[in-house]
Amino acid sequence: MDEILSVSHVSKSFGELDVLKDMSLTVSRGEVVSVIGPSGSGKSTLLRLVNQLERAESGNISVCGQVLCHNDDKGRAVYSDKATLKAIRLSIGLVFQSFHLFPHYSILKNVTEAPVQVLKKSREEAEDTARVLLKKLGLSDKESAYPYQLSGGQQQRAAIARTLAMNPQMIFFDEPTSALDPELTGEVLKVIRSLADEHMTMVVVTHEMAFAGELSDRIIFMDQGIIIEEGTPDAVFSSEHERTKQFLQHYSK
Amino acid sequence: MLSAINYSSMITFLLDGTVKAVELFFLTIVLSLPLGLLVARLRMIKFKVIQLPVKFYLLIMRGTPLILQLMFFMYFPPLVLGIGVDRFMVAVFSFTINYAAYFAEIFRGGIESIPVGQQEAAYVLGLSPFQTFIRITVPQVVKRIIPTIAGESMTLVKDTALASVIGVTELFRNAGSLKATYSSVIPFAVAALFYLIMNSVVSAFFSQIEKKLNYYKG
Repeated sequence: MDEILSVSHVSKSFGELDVLKDMSLTVSRGEVVSVIGPSGSGKSTLLRLVNQLERAESGNISVCGQVLCHNDDKGRAVYSDKATLKAIRLSIGLVFQSFHLFPHYSILKNVTEAPVQVLKKSREEAEDTARVLLKKLGLSDKESAYPYQLSGGQQQRAAIARTLAMNPQMIFFDEPTSALDPELTGEVLKVIRSLADEHMTMVVVTHEMAFAGELSDRIIFMDQGIIIEEGTPDAVFSSEHERTKQFLQHYSK
Repeated sequence: MLSAINYSSMITFLLDGTVKAVELFFLTIVLSLPLGLLVARLRMIKFKVIQLPVKFYLLIMRGTPLILQLMFFMYFPPLVLGIGVDRFMVAVFSFTINYAAYFAEIFRGGIESIPVGQQEAAYVLGLSPFQTFIRITVPQVVKRIIPTIAGESMTLVKDTALASVIGVTELFRNAGSLKATYSSVIPFAVAALFYLIMNSVVSAFFSQIEKKLNYYKG
């Protein structure tokens, strides 16, 4: 199996608080992995570390075959050079819980900005690609609208289009539906489902258990900075592990 | 008393002063806004070597009267350095570095009010810190600080009167000369009207900008 993400013995603290403790996980190309767990378990921090929004204290992280950081002989994480870090950033995407669309840009410009500024595509080429993506995500009629005019679900779909426009090999979702009204989560989950059908490698931090169960190849349950359990949805949902059962019972219908 | 005033020459003389004030205003704005943005950016750099001088500059500029700063820059070069200076240039210089300090803190407040998620989203998309600052952060900051900048600009129009203490022949000084000539306060009343007209234009200008920037919310 083609290993697209390798996280090995990664630790991260914020001051006194150990958020990730010697954490390891791998993801293979084409896999959909859901990460579940209570608040403060380190799920978001894990995503942020891989996407370089935080720095690990120690550990080895490799993304799409390139080394993000590795341990020196004292066990401290040493990061790669700027060019490698940038290449890694360009090979993966992150969708935020609060979307973070650029409010002063139209939806179309939100989607074309990075391809034009970073990948140096021409505006026409970027717009053509953007229109295809917006159509696929059901936002064709919103290309000239501004984020404030869109519903939460539409904004999140636009944010996903913006991420897809950069052609990532893997996409991370940090609680993509947690900020949405329940009626709107469906449209976003539908989009993520269609990406899974197209074999996009994805890591999704979510509280939507049914979705996680239906969509994932693997579920990882984290608590207090470590992986408590990981396995197929069936295995995890029927686990006899105390902590896992305790967590999941809040979600049983 | 009133019959002694030659109104047309009074108006002309006051207009000359107004032109000087407007020149001073424009030069100051054009120079101090970019300088203020630069200082704001420097203020946010996490090295004490840069932060301390910047904070010192901000404290001096905002903590001492502008009128004294004008006098300092007028008398320091000839008295201490033995070089002559042009009054108007001194005024432009002194106003610029003073207003840049105020603009710097306004910009910094605006920049810090932009949600960090904006920078994070730009970062994960691959935009460089410079691209993020110029294309994502600054446009949003501008929209937020326009009302405050408008207020500072109107204060600047009125502050041009302070240049009179170093002999710049702007509106206030000219009104003062006319008062001496005619023994009447009417020139000051007319000067007040001219200041009001200048500030009405400034106010209307910024209202227009605010309207234009309302094409989006947030």
